[in-house]
Amino acid sequence: MAAHRCSLSALLLIICSLLVFIVADSEKATLTGDHHATAVDNLQTVTETEEGAAAEEPAVEEERRWEETVVEEATADKEDTSAPETVVQSSVPQPKDDFQEELVIRPLHSGDIYASFQFRTLWETDFMRGNKVSHYRLFPKSLGQVISKFSVRELHISFTQGYWRTMQWGQPFLPSPPGAELWVWFQDSVTDVDGTWKELTNVLSGIFCASLNFIDSTNTVQPSASFKPLGIGNVTDHRFLRYATLPREIVCTENLTPWKKLLPCGSKAGLAVLLKSEKLFHSSFHSQAVHIRPVCQDWQCKTTSWELRQTLNVVFDLHTPGQGKLEWSLFKMFSRTLTEACPLASSSKIYIDITDDPQGEQFEVSPATHLLSQAMVLGDRRTFSVYDLTQQITFGTVRSLNLLIRWKSSEGDMLRPLLHAERYVAGYGLQTGEIHTLMYNNHPYRSFPVLLLDSVPWYLRLYIHTLTVTSKGKDNKPSYIHYQPSKDRVRPHLLEMLVQLPPNSVTEVTVQFERALLKWTEYTPDPNHGFYVGSSVISSLVPSIVAMDTNSTREQPLFSSFFPCKEESSYFMRVYTEPLLVNLPTPDFSMPYNVICLTCTVVAVGYGSLYNLLTRSFQIEEPSPGLAKRIANIIRKMRGVPPL
Amino acid sequence: IIFYIFSTLYFQLSFSPLVPQENAGQFFSSGHTNNWAVLVCTSRFWFNYRHVANTLSVYRSVKRLGIPDSHIVLMLADDMACNHRNPKPATVFSHKNMELNVYGDDVEVDYRGYEVTVENFLRVLTGRLPPSTPRSKRLLSDDRSNILIYLTGHGGNGFLKFQDSEEISNVELADAFEQMWQKRRYNELLFIIDTCQGASMYERFYSPNLMALASSQVGEDSLSHQPDLAIGVHLMDRYTFYLLEFLEDIHPSSKANMNDLFKVCPKSQCVSTPGHRTDLFLRDPGSALITDFFGSVRKVEITMETINLTEPIQQRQKETYSYVDQLPVSEIIHQKPKQKDWHPPDGFILGLWTLILLVFFKTYGMKHLKHIF
Repeated sequence: MAAHRCSLSALLLIICSLLVFIVADSEKATLTGDHHATAVDNLQTVTETEEGAAAEEPAVEEERRWEETVVEEATADKEDTSAPETVVQSSVPQPKDDFQEELVIRPLHSGDIYASFQFRTLWETDFMRGNKVSHYRLFPKSLGQVISKFSVRELHISFTQGYWRTMQWGQPFLPSPPGAELWVWFQDSVTDVDGTWKELTNVLSGIFCASLNFIDSTNTVQPSASFKPLGIGNVTDHRFLRYATLPREIVCTENLTPWKKLLPCGSKAGLAVLLKSEKLFHSSFHSQAVHIRPVCQDWQCKTTSWELRQTLNVVFDLHTPGQGKLEWSLFKMFSRTLTEACPLASSSKIYIDITDDPQGEQFEVSPATHLLSQAMVLGDRRTFSVYDLTQQITFGTVRSLNLLIRWKSSEGDMLRPLLHAERYVAGYGLQTGEIHTLMYNNHPYRSFPVLLLDSVPWYLRLYIHTLTVTSKGKDNKPSYIHYQPSKDRVRPHLLEMLVQLPPNSVTEVTVQFERALLKWTEYTPDPNHGFYVGSSVISSLVPSIVAMDTNSTREQPLFSSFFPCKEESSYFMRVYTEPLLVNLPTPDFSMPYNVICLTCTVVAVGYGSLYNLLTRSFQIEEPSPGLAKRIANIIRKMRGVPPL
Repeated sequence: IIFYIFSTLYFQLSFSPLVPQENAGQFFSSGHTNNWAVLVCTSRFWFNYRHVANTLSVYRSVKRLGIPDSHIVLMLADDMACNHRNPKPATVFSHKNMELNVYGDDVEVDYRGYEVTVENFLRVLTGRLPPSTPRSKRLLSDDRSNILIYLTGHGGNGFLKFQDSEEISNVELADAFEQMWQKRRYNELLFIIDTCQGASMYERFYSPNLMALASSQVGEDSLSHQPDLAIGVHLMDRYTFYLLEFLEDIHPSSKANMNDLFKVCPKSQCVSTPGHRTDLFLRDPGSALITDFFGSVRKVEITMETINLTEPIQQRQKETYSYVDQLPVSEIIHQKPKQKDWHPPDGFILGLWTLILLVFFKTYGMKHLKHIF
């Protein structure tokens, strides 16, 4: 009986203990759940890249060998791969997005090689309507939130290291000034544009790891005629435009890292695997940019979609690899080869510019390809060999693509670029100076208008009465001038002029200035480096050599479809001048220390000598007596008798 | 006997669920649930390459051991990697002969260049940042965060120089930590400083749960390690060099504790005497793991709930759009001048008119006033 009871109680005990442990376990789990989790919204994580090629459209049309025809090809029926179908409606309308990537390699006449990456994401959605967008697929969430929160209509930001040498390299596909440049068009619904601009720059500085928070009213301008929106829109009220540059901004891997994370495939697949910072920054020119704008979806242009273009232009120096042979390969340039296209991309292509060498005399490209394409870019018709990465045969049997370009001869000179600009500071001393801007029109018989935008910081006080515009020695009066004077520590100078450049001439714009003295707390920690003045922007409609294609929605490679083209005889171009580096009169910052030392020394020596001279009195002193006398004196002192 | 059997059975049964609990218990014994790191390099100019290399090597270790970029505030006062003097751009080396590139390919610098100031550093620590500051530039710690703070640069007895133009004193730093403690912004804080006379910087601390390490005592200089002839400058400081070597052996599940960290870089290697301070730390330093500060606790919550995503309603626009003309010359020429808002006259103009009126009435007398009005 007792044993039974014992066993029963023991069994009960065991069950109870087990229950206790189970309860304790779950309690501990909930305890950890209560602690605040740092679920920080990491803006740079690429979320849905691993989804795979779910909604991708098969790229069947890539097989054809397409050549350019001046006549428009078949219209809306084509409805090619890139723009998502708007006519076909599913039962539940789903915002469709599309991603394309391309790389253009152009060997330059100076022997350098110019590589331009373009990644475009098109998304048929509306950020501006009431309902918030909550599901992001190819479009990065961080930028989508920026657009909807700050009511951005267009955003263009670029980070550049180096200066584009137009005379040696020709025109870039997408120009950019040295340093950082940001210009934004806001929607009409924004009430406080300046406040929104300040917040936007702070948010972008966090996204791109750049010190864009230094953009404030002292370097922001509101151009009145330049920088018209590149996307679609009817109203162009320049109150909603803001433009700022930071010429001192450094571009390094920390800017490239978040930029790469905005891509759908990241830097793991597709063309972005070539973007290795060690090679990219060891170049003569490096520029990365993000452009967001609304575009037409089809030729009817009844609906819009948001386009995000990420571009990266880099010019590799001939002498960098260290070998004298004129031979370029993807491996030499980027230290990587390509193995696959990005699975999320609907098109992934490499274009090599072979216009200068149609017969294969100057250079040879391997592996050879049959696909050729012609495109109208920068006013010229150029021929390209195309490598389609979505086709497996491009990669061959080794499963990797390493393009090789071998130069056979190095002759032939480049066509001179039609528009070219320079800027420099003249004068001597630290008080006054003169800014000279030179604009070259190299067209033999056509003249064209240019719009010059100059934004000079307030500490260079411009004297606009000394502004002169001369071409060919004669005065050239601009047909439009807009000048907004600066206010000390509030806003910079803004000078916009519409100048007609006569054919085959140099136009020189000069203006004198005076340097201001800054307050000593306003100096940077390294003031002797100098202070930068941002590049001037020259926007112009340059006459083109061949008739441009005005149908903006035909299937075009990305590099030729950035600037919208309205007329056939000219194309729009922007040229940036060099930034200026001026020295301001800098006080001696070690001055207090030096002054104190010097003053104290002078005072000590002067006062000390004077004091001594006035108060020193001389007393006659007996020479010290001998030892015996000293002992005798001591004894006498003890006795109380006067000494000897 | 039966009781003995049952007791052993009891202990056996109770032992197995206890082992994972013990491990779990150890996991949370330090009491922190997230880790943050604030890594600051305060020196500018090319010859201070080693300070940037110091900070980047600690950044690299901290990232390798698990702290994500969103929890690291990295402040570099100058750019060495893409500096035009750097013979190998986009790299910062810590060992000579270019063995180890601590800059890497995946680095995010939160404060760079002129942004690294005493004010910004103290604002990051105390959290008093302007509302438009982005998340990556904030230290969003709470009372269960373990924070690692690493400072390097040029310093002296009681101060640290920022960018050759300003200084932070040890009193300010101690007060900043006290503010953090009162605002419950940290659970435990490890402070490492690699400057000359670094021990003076932690002398004034008075907040609880602080542990501090310095590369040299008061009156001693911290020395740099080795120059690289190709780059031309010293690459690292000695203390951080041996700290990096020590940290390279630590992996995320390592059980090394703080006492091992105190032994890093003895006088024979460092020439200066590294110091440490643990009197404000409530736990025994031997029980504090290295990964408590250099590694990261990750919390994963698994949920079985599903959320229904609503489809956004497509609205069809019936109007046609078009691209804007980029350079409409005729429009620009005939642009009307902007309507300027009327501002009341400036103080100068008002003063001038007052003076004129005063002079007028002084000369001609007040009786003429009635003719005016």
